Amino acid sequence: MPDDRLKYMAEPGVPDLQKLQAEGLYPTDDRIAAGPVAVFECMQEIPCNPCEEACPRGCIRIGEDITGIPRLDPSCTGCGLCLPSCPGLCIFILDGSYSGTEATVTMPYELLPLPEEGETVDALDRQGREVCEGRVVRVRAIGTSELCRSLTVAIPKAFVHDVRHVRRQSD
Amino acid sequence: MARTVTHCDVAVIGAGPAGLSAAVQLGEAGADTIVLDEKPAAGGQLFKQIHKFFGSERHMAGMRGFEIGELLLSRCEELQIPVRLNSPAWALFPDLSLGTTFEGLPSAIKAKQVIVATGASENALSFPGWTLPGVMGAGAVQTMVNYHRVRPGERALVVGAGNVGLIVAYQLLQAGIEVVAVAEAAHTVGGYMVHAAKIRRMGVPFAMNHTVLSAEGEGRVERCTIAAVDEAFVPQPGTERTFDVDLVCVAVGLSPAVELCSSMGMEMTHVGELGGWIPSHNAALQTSIDGVYVAGDVSGVEEASSAMEEGRLAALSALSALGVVRRPEAECLRTKIKESLNQLRRGPFGSTLAQRKEDVCRRHEEQCLTIA
Amino acid sequence: MTSRRIDDHPILGASPNCREVTITVDGSPLLARDGDTIASALIAAGWTAFRHTEKRHEPRGVFCAIGKCTDCVMTVNGVPNVRTCIALVEDGMRVETQEGLGTWRVP
Repeated sequence: MPDDRLKYMAEPGVPDLQKLQAEGLYPTDDRIAAGPVAVFECMQEIPCNPCEEACPRGCIRIGEDITGIPRLDPSCTGCGLCLPSCPGLCIFILDGSYSGTEATVTMPYELLPLPEEGETVDALDRQGREVCEGRVVRVRAIGTSELCRSLTVAIPKAFVHDVRHVRRQSD
Repeated sequence: MARTVTHCDVAVIGAGPAGLSAAVQLGEAGADTIVLDEKPAAGGQLFKQIHKFFGSERHMAGMRGFEIGELLLSRCEELQIPVRLNSPAWALFPDLSLGTTFEGLPSAIKAKQVIVATGASENALSFPGWTLPGVMGAGAVQTMVNYHRVRPGERALVVGAGNVGLIVAYQLLQAGIEVVAVAEAAHTVGGYMVHAAKIRRMGVPFAMNHTVLSAEGEGRVERCTIAAVDEAFVPQPGTERTFDVDLVCVAVGLSPAVELCSSMGMEMTHVGELGGWIPSHNAALQTSIDGVYVAGDVSGVEEASSAMEEGRLAALSALSALGVVRRPEAECLRTKIKESLNQLRRGPFGSTLAQRKEDVCRRHEEQCLTIA
Repeated sequence: MTSRRIDDHPILGASPNCREVTITVDGSPLLARDGDTIASALIAAGWTAFRHTEKRHEPRGVFCAIGKCTDCVMTVNGVPNVRTCIALVEDGMRVETQEGLGTWRVP
């Protein structure tokens, strides 16, 4: 496989966050601590730009060559409208300001049964490892025809860069 | 036995994304078009594709495959284009007559132009036990699960980490089927990393540098054994792992369904990255047989988004040949479609395909294979 | 065995109401749904071997499911080598596990 396909990855499926931050393609820790912000774990140059269309404020820039990795304008409010637009399910909303001890991660969720608000779940990292427990804050569908849910889970702040999936404890 | 002969301007063989897109383009231009498909339902593979497509708005990005299928079909209905189902084209002759079946009876179509959009079919991987019930193509599993809403098993091993294997693994999980592992002979994932990421974070193990050694069971698959391979893809003794599974999804590539093309004496060319033997064609999708065009996976395995653009391109070529669209207009439309195709064929994934396609077209022109 | 039918699905939604269709398979009745192919009806019912090969009598089922590979052929209403993955079920259809190349038994 040409190196190009792996240039933003630490290992397959795991983005190299430092590299992405250095190129302005991933928010800084300060920005995440300040409030909700979108992150794009796109990782590769694939011809794809629905996220650019989805943002009502025009915060997401891909450009004419639609293989570009999305660039986020600082005015992103973390509203989450872009999240279900991604065919690759790689957009997450991180909020490091949720509480004194917790951050939230909002993730795309397309499985049944849907976790319920208030439920305690296992929070998994990108390799599917349980890193902590989380509490489901909200599950919603943006738009009447959207089948991809946005699931928000509260987790200890330390795991905001890691948690990207949840598993119900009853499974 | 009753026999029918139908005359038309353009016969489109295959009602998948390429064929239907071609039909819409033809219908909008007022050409008398018939679409044929051997299956009882139209849409090709679109109806089992429950994931959102990539690309841009023009490519219907963000729409799920089955939504695109519905859109194309309803457009064909609006344009009153007949889409004949259960109608295999079992022969295509250089005079552009077609042998087919219509309502169960032998039938012939005499067309002025023909677009072959027959798609591709899944490759098999041979290993001891490969014929056991429960060892199926990943696309077959996708059809069963997403189209028929039937689980062909409870625990699956997926072989192949290209886009098909990765997407199907995710869809198995959505259907409540356990995925014990994705095995891939190469050292890394061949498909989009976002597809791999989706299932990795759900806990699906990836066995890279692994191949299938065997499948075993009484009357159907019950176990599957994989082993690590070296750079020459030789299995290494002592690395075997056996999984209890009742389903093995083989996702090792697709091969263009070129039977109609090769059997009518069309010039063929072999390109590994495009799936193997494909009809030689130029940038306007003309083949070596006057009046016959190809579009979609049959002209080289890519994806539905590019198939739709190729369908339009082939339709445009047919319309030009019929004189329905004049040259300047055709050129303008052709340029727009090509721009759209080029957008899809950019980046580290698309550029190899783009190169191979260009090579095919260039060789076709160099050998003057199209009778102008 | 848990039901092989997917009653609810995160993208496909709940199963639509379907007319039931009764076919016979090797003489026994089998309840299918309108819109099933013979193959999907058999898989839903847990069938594995659709036919046995000519020489070594080995079981075969579905491979490609789109009518291209012919692994799934069975004898239907007396006609052998019917691709069950693209043949829709019909009330009263007689499906038989095919042995080898099958024989024509059309009345």
